Amino acid sequence: MINFLLKRLLAIIPVLLGITLLLFFMLRMLPGDPAQVLAGQMASPQDVEMIRTQLGLDQPVYIQYASFLNRLVHLDLGLSARTQNPVIQEIWARLPNTILLSLCAITMACVFGIPAGIIAAVRPYSWVDYLVTIASLFGISMPVFWLGIMLMIVFSMTLQWLPAGGIGTWKHLILPTVTLASFVVAFIARMTRSSMLEVLSQDYVTTARSKGLKENLIIIKHALKNALIPIITVVGLQFGLLLGGAVLTETVFAWPGLGRLIVDSILARDYAVIQGSILIFGLLYTLVNLVVDLIYAFVDPRIRYE
Amino acid sequence: MKAGMAPLLSIVGLKTSFHTLDGTITAVNGVDFDVYPGETLGLVGESGCGKSVTALSVLRLLNPSMTTIHGQVNFDGKNLLSLDPEEMRMIRGGTISMIFQEPMTSLNPILTVGEQISESLRLHEKLGRKKAWEKAIQMLEIVQIPSPELRVGEYPHKLSGGMRQRVMIAMALSCNPRLIFADEPTTALDVTIQAQIIRLLEHLKKGSNTSIVLITHDLGVVAQMASRVVVMYAGRVVEEAPVVELFHDARHPYTKGLLKSVPVLGGDKKTRLNEIPGIVPNLLHMPKGCSFHPRCSMTMDICKKESPSMIHFNKNRRVACWLATDDF
Repeated sequence: MINFLLKRLLAIIPVLLGITLLLFFMLRMLPGDPAQVLAGQMASPQDVEMIRTQLGLDQPVYIQYASFLNRLVHLDLGLSARTQNPVIQEIWARLPNTILLSLCAITMACVFGIPAGIIAAVRPYSWVDYLVTIASLFGISMPVFWLGIMLMIVFSMTLQWLPAGGIGTWKHLILPTVTLASFVVAFIARMTRSSMLEVLSQDYVTTARSKGLKENLIIIKHALKNALIPIITVVGLQFGLLLGGAVLTETVFAWPGLGRLIVDSILARDYAVIQGSILIFGLLYTLVNLVVDLIYAFVDPRIRYE
Repeated sequence: MKAGMAPLLSIVGLKTSFHTLDGTITAVNGVDFDVYPGETLGLVGESGCGKSVTALSVLRLLNPSMTTIHGQVNFDGKNLLSLDPEEMRMIRGGTISMIFQEPMTSLNPILTVGEQISESLRLHEKLGRKKAWEKAIQMLEIVQIPSPELRVGEYPHKLSGGMRQRVMIAMALSCNPRLIFADEPTTALDVTIQAQIIRLLEHLKKGSNTSIVLITHDLGVVAQMASRVVVMYAGRVVEEAPVVELFHDARHPYTKGLLKSVPVLGGDKKTRLNEIPGIVPNLLHMPKGCSFHPRCSMTMDICKKESPSMIHFNKNRRVACWLATDDF
């Protein structure tokens, strides 16, 4: 187990290296000159040149990459070209907000999605099942920005119950969480339903019934635990995506998270910040996957890591 | 056979239909038989003849939204089919239990063997967690699993097929049931393991007054274990006889065919193994008249028109065939 953990943690290094490599060269293929953007429209060519030298952008790309890696080894992600603050500091200021929002959204998705899927699977083709199916269809096909704006119009503008954006109180969390969770709830509910339906037709469920166990106990103890592996997979992947993909929601609700930081940095060609944040996403994503693998072994005794 | 004794289980006119997209399929069509206390009854027939469905109907383990069950299942003075679901639930696993065919898939892969045995004990015998666990170890010992105190904490995937079937048997026996349905308990196992399991069942049977309904297509198993045999074909009972009489004096052409198709050790190797021509009829398109007539070697005109009624020779001997008469 310890060996497995060490191996997996070591395996994160090549993954992150791959990410930096792809990212570094893709960024430099983007049209637009960061020095020009930074200096502004009115800057003289000399000023632009000076900024370019300052940022090291006059060097060949492979030398830039080498010095980037060198700094990375010393845990230095560089300075933001826009704010002159260390990139670490910029990310650190926003990461908790993103994690908070993602955690709320994934919790809500599980709390509603898994029971909905179970109920639909226990009574297939009943009105509850159809209700869950239709609701899921809405959840999956609704564009996030549209849902966000609609919620804002109803609950902030018209009813004036909840703030339209920003952070501060728990009330600020509600609308972005609902917006972010809508797709994931639907996805988890569908996954839970199909996984449960499959498990409920297994022989060991009939065995459990032949023992006279209560139906609720059969569903939770005998069926759900067996149906959990694909559900955990989906929850893990979706949580990873939420951590990095909340860009639209964060933008609509002016939520100061990593997603918005990345969008702003891309617009400003702030290479250091983009590289840093994407690297953090990559790290979080691989860590989430590792945790998911560990949970598998916890849920299913047949899975053992040597 | 046991004169004067009241049957423990009495099935009267059991009819089980499945509602499918292709139409209604009647898998069990008017089955009657009795099971007496302490006896082993063999329920024999080809795959798909309704043996298992009969057992599942008695225990009401079929999905009620897709099946209808008619008739009566009298057990201990109660008609099981009219009990409310809660009463029925307490009978399952307590007074009537079941051993399934596939030990590989019938145990829950993510619960320990001990947990799966002790959960029935906690439910039906009202044992505490610790007591139930100890009883589970005892049960594993009874079904002759070596080092039961170690095995009890293991998951099914660590056990062989034979071991798992022993666990199934331990589970079925744990609450001292009065009746056990053993649905092809040896079919999925290697021949050597089959013999072990049969010996185990016989051994366990001796020390108790539990009745067993042994569902099988293996006539060897029937000969070894059962005292009485009910033969089913296409959802109906076609013949019933005490086991010795059945092997020596089968009356229904189907039963005769079944007996003939058993390979004989040391028999003439050059002759082909006997078989019953044709296949079991599709339950959606049952032949008119006797459902066996398309495969029967002695078909008469009447067989194609009318279904034969059951002729009772005595209390333990009956056959449903137009050929069967008292002077047969």
